Amino acid sequence: MTEEIIIAGFGGQGVLSMGKILAYSGIMQDQEVAWMPSYGPEMRGGTANVTVILSDMRISSPILQEFDTAIILNQQSMDKFEKMLKPGGVLIYDPNGITRPPQRTDISIYQVEAVEEATRLKNAKTFNMIVLGAFLKVKPIVKLENVTKGLEKSLPQRHHHLIPMNKDALTRGMELVKQIR
Amino acid sequence: MADYKLMKGNEAIAEAAIRCGCDAYFGYPITPQSEVLETLMARKPWDETGMIVLQAESEVAAINMVYGGAGCGKKVMTSSSSPGISLKQEGISYIAGAELPCLIVNVVRGGPGLGTIQPAQSDYFQSVKGGGHGDYRLIVLAPASVQEMYDFVNLGFELAFKYRNPALILSDGVIGQMMEKVQLGSYKPRLTNEEIVARYGSWATTGKTHDRPRNIITSLDLDPYRQEQFNLKLQKKYREIEEKEVRFEKIACDDAEYLLVAYGSASRICQKAVDLAREKGIKVGLLRPITLFPYPTKAIREMLGQVKGILAVEMSAGQMVEDVRLAVDGKVKVEHFGRMGGVIATPNEVVAALEEKIIKG
Repeated sequence: MTEEIIIAGFGGQGVLSMGKILAYSGIMQDQEVAWMPSYGPEMRGGTANVTVILSDMRISSPILQEFDTAIILNQQSMDKFEKMLKPGGVLIYDPNGITRPPQRTDISIYQVEAVEEATRLKNAKTFNMIVLGAFLKVKPIVKLENVTKGLEKSLPQRHHHLIPMNKDALTRGMELVKQIR
Repeated sequence: MADYKLMKGNEAIAEAAIRCGCDAYFGYPITPQSEVLETLMARKPWDETGMIVLQAESEVAAINMVYGGAGCGKKVMTSSSSPGISLKQEGISYIAGAELPCLIVNVVRGGPGLGTIQPAQSDYFQSVKGGGHGDYRLIVLAPASVQEMYDFVNLGFELAFKYRNPALILSDGVIGQMMEKVQLGSYKPRLTNEEIVARYGSWATTGKTHDRPRNIITSLDLDPYRQEQFNLKLQKKYREIEEKEVRFEKIACDDAEYLLVAYGSASRICQKAVDLAREKGIKVGLLRPITLFPYPTKAIREMLGQVKGILAVEMSAGQMVEDVRLAVDGKVKVEHFGRMGGVIATPNEVVAALEEKIIKG
């Protein structure tokens, strides 16, 4: 199994940390992982994206031109990455702020209204975990217990009291995700 | 299951330095390697192992602090990215000229000049052919994964001390910024002055004792005949390094009719290109130099009876390809493919270049 994922949105949305938690979850189930971020000016308020690869084999290129899954959180990322999905790939997006929805018919498309849900929960920081939950519902490539272990590994001890909240957000994302086509 | 950490390449450099018993790090921030200094400052190794971490006033100051520390027989290092490494060249030449061990890390970005902050491999000539003045060589290691970033810190120091010669880790923005899982080694203690003398001999300025002459650390000798003898000694050392320290990896080479040669992050892209090409029925292998000096010349030469053509893939205008051509000596076709200025070639582009430049051409 090899899963090649792009996660893309605005800097500050938790794109990079979502990728990191996913990568740590892969390590917890003894997989090879790679996490390759955009860096530099993109980090400073512009768009941010990260490639995450989980595999049972040694990972070759961390630089990819096509992906199995695209998790898209703003319009710029939709414009850039929709066309980079493999035929039969999975696109998950939050419709918030999307003015030109995805057009392709050879991929599976899912929506998760994560911004709306995070606002309803009055906790913007749960946004990325709602999205991650949506992804794991569609593609259960890592076990939930390994995500919890991944959270324990990637969060410093002083933030461990936040893990139950993050797990709730994951569950909400799993409930909210809906297939468009 | 072994305990793995998820780390950036730059963080792995810092962690490895602390754990391998490094005495001091002197650096100055620059993208894309700033996490080395950041991680060291956050880890506060001065509390844990006594290691010194210092942000110098400039790259020039940092490399001269390394010169001083190395002269005392200490395990000292610095890191930077391309423009910063250019600033350090005078110091590196002096350190090589004084026959001192140290570790230098270059997380390469696109150039020339300030260039860009995106990854490149355009500092190959500077690293391998001598970026500073004089007939000297660095031992150059090219990691292709975060685990190798970690492992090569210790290896770099070992080789540097074995040959009393500066070692350089030639990385780039991809390997520096990427996170992968890393298995960490155990802590090695920092050496005392007595242990330094016992292990490496008495060349270091550890304080003069009555039973030996004064140790003088210098790269200056105004007598040309003595300077020539010293140069001959250096050259003998470099030939010994070429004899004993070559490292490389071969992937899918057994039945290969064509060969890719690539190091560091380009070799990762080529690994994928090998898979893609083989799906199309092209029998191609990959030879990945791990040491760039000494270069795996013999390993490439040994492939000549087998392969019909070689493509050197680098994120540069074509620098390492010259060493491939020297190894091949005109016996098979050698071409170069690369992107520049911080653009990273994709695996598909590599396959297309192989078909266009080697198979059809």
